[in-house]
Amino acid sequence: MCASTSAELKPTTATATATATASRAGSAKQAVTLAEHVIEIVSDSGEGAQRCGQSFGAIAARMGNGIWTVEIIPAEIQPPARSIAGASGNRIRIGTRRITNGGNEADLVVAFNEQVLLGRVRERELKPGCIILLEDMWRDDPDARIAAAYRETCEQLVKEGYDLREIPMEHECKRLVSDPRRGKNMFVLGMLCNIYSLDLQLARDQVAFTFGKKTANVIESNVALLEAGHQWAESHLDFKYQVPAARAKEAQMVVNGNTALALGVLASGMDVCAMYPITPATSASHYLSEVFENVGGIVHQAEDEIAACAFAIGASYAGKCAVTITSGPGFSLKQEAIGLAVMCEIPLVVVNVQRGGPSTGQPTKAEQGDLLAACFGSHGDAPKVVMAPSSIEDCFYSIITARKIAETFNVVVVVLSDANLATSQQPFSRPEFDEAWLAPPVDQSAVPEGAKPYDWDPLTGIARRFVPGQPGGMHTLTGLAHDRLSCVAYDPETNEEGLRHRSLKLAALQKALKTPPLFGAEEGELLVIGWGSTQGAIEEAIERLRAEGREVSSLHLRFLQPMPGGIKEILKRFKQVMTIEANWCDRPEDELIDESNRRYSALAMMLRSRYLTDVDCWSEVRGQPIKPDAIYRVISNKLAQERH
Amino acid sequence: MTTRAHECLMRMYEEEHDLESYQGSIPRWCSGCGDNAVLAAVQRLCRDEKLRPEKTVFVSGIGCSSRLPHYMKTYGFHGIHGRALPIAEGIRLARPDLHVFVNTGDGDCCSIGAAHWIHAIRYNMDVTVMVHDNQIYGLTKMQASPTSPRGLRSKTTPRGACLEALNPLTVTLGIQNVSFVAQAVDWIPELIYDILSRAFHHKGCSFVRIVQRCPEFLPELLDPWLHDPNRILLLTHEKGLQVSAALGKVYKNQLEHDPTDLDRARAIASAGDPMPVGILYQNRAVPRYEEMRAITPLRTPELIQRGLETEFDKFTVWPREPAD
Repeated sequence: MCASTSAELKPTTATATATATASRAGSAKQAVTLAEHVIEIVSDSGEGAQRCGQSFGAIAARMGNGIWTVEIIPAEIQPPARSIAGASGNRIRIGTRRITNGGNEADLVVAFNEQVLLGRVRERELKPGCIILLEDMWRDDPDARIAAAYRETCEQLVKEGYDLREIPMEHECKRLVSDPRRGKNMFVLGMLCNIYSLDLQLARDQVAFTFGKKTANVIESNVALLEAGHQWAESHLDFKYQVPAARAKEAQMVVNGNTALALGVLASGMDVCAMYPITPATSASHYLSEVFENVGGIVHQAEDEIAACAFAIGASYAGKCAVTITSGPGFSLKQEAIGLAVMCEIPLVVVNVQRGGPSTGQPTKAEQGDLLAACFGSHGDAPKVVMAPSSIEDCFYSIITARKIAETFNVVVVVLSDANLATSQQPFSRPEFDEAWLAPPVDQSAVPEGAKPYDWDPLTGIARRFVPGQPGGMHTLTGLAHDRLSCVAYDPETNEEGLRHRSLKLAALQKALKTPPLFGAEEGELLVIGWGSTQGAIEEAIERLRAEGREVSSLHLRFLQPMPGGIKEILKRFKQVMTIEANWCDRPEDELIDESNRRYSALAMMLRSRYLTDVDCWSEVRGQPIKPDAIYRVISNKLAQERH
Repeated sequence: MTTRAHECLMRMYEEEHDLESYQGSIPRWCSGCGDNAVLAAVQRLCRDEKLRPEKTVFVSGIGCSSRLPHYMKTYGFHGIHGRALPIAEGIRLARPDLHVFVNTGDGDCCSIGAAHWIHAIRYNMDVTVMVHDNQIYGLTKMQASPTSPRGLRSKTTPRGACLEALNPLTVTLGIQNVSFVAQAVDWIPELIYDILSRAFHHKGCSFVRIVQRCPEFLPELLDPWLHDPNRILLLTHEKGLQVSAALGKVYKNQLEHDPTDLDRARAIASAGDPMPVGILYQNRAVPRYEEMRAITPLRTPELIQRGLETEFDKFTVWPREPAD
């Protein structure tokens, strides 16, 4: 292919903004090899940028690349067209190595109009000088205001140093389809496959898979668009990349965190999922609704969050372990019922896919604001197990672990995911089924004579549970204080006895937990501690800093309550300790904030109280996943301060 | 028709139980409280129906009424305020082999649990629901409830309740999928038993409101009905209740009411006074949620593994599945 490249591009781009990586030679393009790249595709809602991005990620994963995809979701279902807040799409970070997070600012952005693009610029999601592939149809829009806005934006972006390429997407698609609004995304997918040297046949397969439920006609026309985009990029763009793939030895799967959670529910052998729709948790239940019945499970959409939790408790009480999946506001509503499960010692798994809070907060945005509510929510002393998956793969296995713990200790296990994990995709090794994941059948044997429903073990606090149907086990479970016979008891000794044993179960579990491994050296200047979805970004920053010779390590907690043993000893080996979290902490630079009033981030607060150690914290609550660069800067500054 | 394995097992042996087999701890309700009458009827019902105590669950919320499970020698679940119904639904869905009863009160069901009440009727799961309606909050010591009559003086309405009372019968009869609605009064024990028996045999959500006295806080509220049998309207029908001769002599105000007639049931429920007692509505054809959602394949590890591998296949990107 030796088409004259930039000649076809619109005047604004025929400037000296070419990236150093692109070859401008008129001859066949040399693909520049990259270790990784971050690509964004944004459009108005409904124009298919999300599907384009997901497909691109899937094709790259099929090539054997490491990927991490992040959904860019507007808050409204149908925001006005061409609005800054309406950007909908996908970010794909593609790399040679395994990718553990969404990365830093984008290297290349495809935008279907300049307004959604501006939204990303304003959110500081673009790398300085990054390549922008922008739909050019607006330049000559009949509405003079639109045309003016477009031209003005283009000028501004070029002035700011972006490598803007105007692309006649609509124009090109019209050659093939009557309504380019539906289908432009496949043209873009073709362009991207060309730019990143992805296998076109894999792309065709992916399109066929994506539109598998549609007619052959639909598939055909989308494949045609894909090929046209590929061809157009080959002939008209003067750059091409290649991100070498390092194919994993084991079979790889690509799903997002919510699908992984749902697969975990399937694999855990749980029978019932009771839920109420809430963003960003619902997609887990959508998927589960489709597939759970195939393995004999049921998704029950309850009338409200409280009913969903109560329903799950009822099912679990009757011997069929249940899960309820929700997000922040729903989690708040469930608190009384969660307390009931704690008091009655009914196994229950509660998944909270955290979003921005408080109140309705930011439904589609990521935050880690519910840790303290998970650990200490519900009135009275209501000890619960709290765990947080830190990767997509972990979302799957956490649910299996959660059910095991719930049924072994007769406790509530809260699994804290978040909007970042929920919508991000990452390949991981296809799990190998293990029958041990499943629950044993409901015990219906007669209970031994004289056995008590709450015969708490003095060491572990665990009591064998009697399930309805077991002859001789009849008792009335109650949320009131009760004795070993489950009889209501208000006397001081019995009350304390119940509290003690319910609490002891966490200690018993804690003894079985392993100290989490350190990332980096066993000792040093600074230890960074995180939990949940930030693991990838934190470790990436730590890796960079260590490569520069900094003595920093990180520790990521999967169990937040109880915390595994051995942490205190780890803390002692570092001169300083700080957490990095996506929940609020007061900023020390604010005039009124000092040591005596600073509100710390959730994990920092818990670590300070448990280990009596000075644990600093840094947090970002912008609704976006924290970027490795941001963490890198924070840690660098922290180390620099200490030198003074 | 297939017979489930657990049903075969259930039939393998018959047990005889006397009333004592169902008596748990000694009731701590006030003497003269209508709850005692409900408990007596329920224990009789369990005995007569030969319900195996371990296969029977009484679920309740919070309030005087909700203490009932403690006084049974079956499985019981005394949960949190207003949530007895969803807990019972979870049990029902998980375990088709159990007999599930719910005891709730006017506050528990019609106020804090009102959302669940409406949806329980809609789900129409096989649960026998008893609403112990004494028209007052008793356990918290005399606050107006949604069914308190207008003008009632209580601790929270010292100048008289300003709202018209909610009518649990008309509300229930207005909900889609309603399949069984009946009303009893605590001072005619014979009919509590008869009605509960019909409710128990109804496959679906049977809603029974029991109008009952609170001797502590509203000792005289129901006297006009108690003392004047003509202010009780007995609903009789060959498809509904048949009244004994002795009872018929006292309660002469009777109405032949076909319980399959929903419009008529609504009219009777709306009239309110004289107070209807009997079966207002029954429709055996309403589908049950647990039946519609019943999962046919037996859950085996193989089934789960097969389902899981199918899903894994969908998401596996490498190695690629063989081309089809």
